[in-house]
Amino acid sequence: MLSPTAILGYGFPARSFLRGMRRRPHLIGVDAGSTDPGPYYLGAGTSFTNRAAVKRDLRFMLVHGVRNGIPVVIGSAGGAGARPHVRWCREIIEEIAEEERLAFRLGIVYADVPRAVVAAALKRRAVTPLPFVPPLTAKTLAASVRIVAQMGIEPVCAALDAGCRVVLCGRCYDPAVFAAPAIRAGFDRGLALHMGKILECAAIAATPGSGADCVLGVLRRDSFVLESLNPRRRFTRASTAAHTLYEKSDPYHLPGPGGMLNLEGCTFTELPRGRVEVRGSRFEPSPAYRVKLEGVRKIGYRTISIAGVRDPVMIGAIDEVLAGVRAQVDEILSADKIAGRVDFHVYGRDGVMGAREPLRRAPAHELGIVIDAVAPTAADSEAICSLTRSTLLHHGYPGRIATAGNLAFPFSPSDAKMGAAFEFSVYHLMPVRDQRIFRREVREVGRRRGGRP
Amino acid sequence: MKRSILSVARVIRSKNSGPFELTLDILFKRRRDFELFRRRRIITPRRIAALYGVAEADVLGIVYFEPCDAIKITLRRWVPSGSPGDSDIYGAQQHAPLLGITF
Repeated sequence: MLSPTAILGYGFPARSFLRGMRRRPHLIGVDAGSTDPGPYYLGAGTSFTNRAAVKRDLRFMLVHGVRNGIPVVIGSAGGAGARPHVRWCREIIEEIAEEERLAFRLGIVYADVPRAVVAAALKRRAVTPLPFVPPLTAKTLAASVRIVAQMGIEPVCAALDAGCRVVLCGRCYDPAVFAAPAIRAGFDRGLALHMGKILECAAIAATPGSGADCVLGVLRRDSFVLESLNPRRRFTRASTAAHTLYEKSDPYHLPGPGGMLNLEGCTFTELPRGRVEVRGSRFEPSPAYRVKLEGVRKIGYRTISIAGVRDPVMIGAIDEVLAGVRAQVDEILSADKIAGRVDFHVYGRDGVMGAREPLRRAPAHELGIVIDAVAPTAADSEAICSLTRSTLLHHGYPGRIATAGNLAFPFSPSDAKMGAAFEFSVYHLMPVRDQRIFRREVREVGRRRGGRP
Repeated sequence: MKRSILSVARVIRSKNSGPFELTLDILFKRRRDFELFRRRRIITPRRIAALYGVAEADVLGIVYFEPCDAIKITLRRWVPSGSPGDSDIYGAQQHAPLLGITF
């Protein structure tokens, strides 16, 4: 199986890809998604990757896959994997098909879950929060703008069964992209999922690591072998095992749709020519097939302003200055009945770690302040940001020696509208009895209706 | 004399494990230092809670991962990724307090 890149749109060297094609893979797979970029993209229905970059990656995959009869599977379209993201990716696929005169059956699997379905499960007390996530309430659910579920291998297999040569999935458990065709072909579920988990990050698990290079996975009856398709990289026992830790809370037990990948008995063996063989990964099905739900709610709009401070007196008094400005702003907002909040990100003091910063009492010789105003309406967030900026600019404080202005603005305009703001509201498990919850659509791409290909 | 963790670790990093958890990895250069940390319980929920100024209950777990001589620590994120007040959406720059560990 050929994995060209860690995230669709991150790119890869053409040479590595072509080296992979010469090995005649049975699948070209790519994961496009993550919750890492935060709640905005699911809420706004936009991709965190660039359209031109996604199109470039997909062109390689589709041209070589379709012309050589190799299935292409894409997981978590558009990053967040909801309906607008899937449509965005489908349009790119159709454009490429037209430009390259490709014809194929496209399977689309949606991951959107209607609120009513979650509400019914909630009523049965069947929705459980993941660690540190508040229990889901009917109110939170009603406020959530978009909910997706991470699909497992089953809907992907169903699309392949329907003769689809290209499968475009909404939000998808990352390893399922690679594991689905393998399990469908009769390979061990544990090994297929574990291989998928490594392949979905492509060369990140190799050394030197890269999110933008191709790797090959060879699945066998009782093991799988990983190899880099760029001679500059190789897999080592340490690089492969270390990858298993990445972004997971317990590297031995990796829960996913329908069960758990157990790596307690797993071994990593180095083979010649920079390859690693993995054995002993086991899949343990859970009594109930559960999927992970992801949802966000809109909390309003954000406006920010960025400014620097170089005055040592002000830096020495920065806590008092910001508290004084906040008090003055709050008074005006409450008098004018404007709802909203302001946060100060103070770089050079604790901009990265906030209250957890152990060195926050020892600020640098200059500070970067980001005024971060969030309010229910765009107009109010702009008003709060503007008021906070102007108040901070001319705020008097004890010992002040520079009276012309407290802030150095790098830009005019000083304030930037960041658009809608969202927060994660759903991150829960829900049982799924019928896989048809993942709606499927089949399209003949590049063929005239009723005509011959 | 106390030694710095920097003399025995080859990787110290932080990252989200989903939007509500922060996970910290310490990968050791040598098996024997990994074993020493495990045997002497140098990393405890209490020590992590003190380093980050959080409650011990916010430390979800500490796992010793033998295939690559690593300790993994998972914490509750103080602010969920991207919620108002968050300062590190990916959680990739929250590891610095670990660099000061001595043993």
